[in-house]
Amino acid sequence: MLKINKLHKSYPIGDSSLHVLKGIDLSVEEGEMVAIMGSSGSGKSTLLNIIGMLDEADEGEYILDNVPIKDLTEKKAAIYRNKFLGFIFQSFNLINYKNALDNVALPLYYQGLKRKERIETALFHLEKVGLKDWAHHLPKELSGGQKQRVAIARALAANPKLLLADEPTGALDTKTSHEIMAFIQSLNDEGKTILMVTHEEDIASMCKRIVRLKDGVIMEDAFVEQVRASEYV
Amino acid sequence: MRFLLERDTWQEVFDSLGKNKLRTALTMVGVWWGILLLIVLLGSARGIENSFNRLFGSFATNSVFVWAQSTSKPFKGFQEGRQVQLKITDAKKIEDNVEGIEFVVPRNRNQALVIHDFLSGNFSVSGDYPLLDQVQKKKMIQGRFINQTDIDENRKVVAISEEIYKQLFEKDAEMIGEYIQLNGMNFKIVGMFETGGNMGPSDDMNIPFTTFQQIYNMGGNIGWMMITGKPEYDISQIEADAKLILRNLNKVHPEDNRAFGSFNLGKEFEKITGFLTGMQFLTWFVGIATLFAGVFAIGNILLITVRERTKEIGVRRALGATPFEIKRQVVLEAVFITLIAGLIGIITGGLILMLVDSLFGQGPEAVLVNASVSISIVFIALTILIVLGTLIGLIPAFKATSIKPIDALREE
Ligand SMILES: Nc1ncnc2c1ncn2[C@@H]1O[C@H](COP(=O)(O)OP(=O)(O)OP(=O)(O)O)[C@@H](O)[C@H]1O
Ligand SMILES: [Mg+2]
Repeated sequence: MLKINKLHKSYPIGDSSLHVLKGIDLSVEEGEMVAIMGSSGSGKSTLLNIIGMLDEADEGEYILDNVPIKDLTEKKAAIYRNKFLGFIFQSFNLINYKNALDNVALPLYYQGLKRKERIETALFHLEKVGLKDWAHHLPKELSGGQKQRVAIARALAANPKLLLADEPTGALDTKTSHEIMAFIQSLNDEGKTILMVTHEEDIASMCKRIVRLKDGVIMEDAFVEQVRASEYV
Repeated sequence: MRFLLERDTWQEVFDSLGKNKLRTALTMVGVWWGILLLIVLLGSARGIENSFNRLFGSFATNSVFVWAQSTSKPFKGFQEGRQVQLKITDAKKIEDNVEGIEFVVPRNRNQALVIHDFLSGNFSVSGDYPLLDQVQKKKMIQGRFINQTDIDENRKVVAISEEIYKQLFEKDAEMIGEYIQLNGMNFKIVGMFETGGNMGPSDDMNIPFTTFQQIYNMGGNIGWMMITGKPEYDISQIEADAKLILRNLNKVHPEDNRAFGSFNLGKEFEKITGFLTGMQFLTWFVGIATLFAGVFAIGNILLITVRERTKEIGVRRALGATPFEIKRQVVLEAVFITLIAGLIGIITGGLILMLVDSLFGQGPEAVLVNASVSISIVFIALTILIVLGTLIGLIPAFKATSIKPIDALREE
């Protein structure tokens, strides 16, 4: 599904540069649910952003679904993001003047679907996250957990192969976090490949595999016994 | 271009513009004002031009009237203050000797008591050649003007103005072939013409020149003459040459500037045309400059909007929007507000012109006649708007995609 070899990334800081990723090797198979952990500043988000084609590596190889990702034009990257990837952000990143339905339908707009199809698909996914009745509410009328569920519905709308989540529960309380995790687990049960960044051990333990970063390299990479979030709910 | 027909393209435009209605409205004021100014000023300029055209309408513009006055210098034994009399032979001499002459039309005028049935009035009567029609267009409503046979046979025929007809005839009464009494003599009406404008002496009624000379006992004397020059000749030069000949013929001191009076229509017309051209130029200049300022304001505001929406644009790009789609949307917003503001400007400008027309555009004395702008000017204005809107929209559009998606998303 995803294969990374000797990935390097540095950020220029003034005259010198900050070497954030120092040779990452990682491969993820279809249907996996991986947590990326590590202390603050260890490069978790950087790695996820490179996987998400929002950022580019300086060196190394990245193959997604048998497509080598390199020398991307902005246009190509946009098309790949739209086709392969779904993003879930810590701060939800819903468009505040669009209602839940239109937010969910947005990736479909960029896919070039007809309005009717978009609305149908968006409603289907909203229903899946249990927010059908909130379709016409603006983000400001929703709770944090509801917003994140709308964001998940949006990430799912274009039926991506890979879900990327950067601290999806970072802005939520424990109870809501567990609800969200239960839902993400159910998506994984259905076969969706999921990659998420977190620094909370209990959230990571709800994944099937934990990758720990330290000083720009993978320190530990292990499959774990998945804790079902529903046990807490 | 199919995206223009998509409901969602417009939904996106309305959404983002509607997000800050006050700002959108304020942005539009500049362009609205520019177009309004352009339309109202151009329309008024046209109105003034029309009213001048109506004034000059019937006269050949390359022409000058010349009449005789009294001398201001003694010459060849004559005292100063002698009344000079123009003769028909003077007209002939001028026609033969001045370069660039097209026509010389001698004219005479007097007052007459005119009676028809029980209605009567005192009107001016002019003695004229058919040629008059060439230098001061008679717009015939019915019948004809004086012709050469009338002249040759000293006929007692008359062409009257619509105004006289209204005063001497019952409404809708037949008048061609009718007789009216002119100082006790019967004249047959051969035609009726539109009452002249208020530039120069307008005619009440015209009779054949020869008939006039006879009944008023004028001999070879004439009241004044109208001289028109060929288009390529300077009418001021013709005027000077003609006067020189007249001084010579009438034994007037060559430097006596008062013996002959004249009114140079060509010069007046030039002045006014120059003024009108200047006004139109100024109008375009002011209008376009205001328009530029307005469009620039729109670009500026969109630049701020784009900056404020950096994060949103980042999100859209993460969801798969290509840079082109983002740019297209921003440009569309720019063109859309420019165009809407422009259309409102055109409509309000049109309404103001209609108001101006109803306030100042009515009646024969109106300062502005039919103040309006042509469809082509509206089209030019709209094209300018679309072009400017697109160009100015490109600046925020490129700004919107200049930042990498990852940096846009990180923006707080
Ligand atoms: N655009 C950038 N320019 C310069 N330095 C950057 C940039 N992005 C990230 N960094 C630096 O790279 C390092 C790794 O950042 P990253 O965001 O990947 O950390 P993280 O592991 O996600 O941390 P956190 O848990 O706090 O989110 C940090 O030291 C950060 O300061
Ligand atoms: Mg991070």
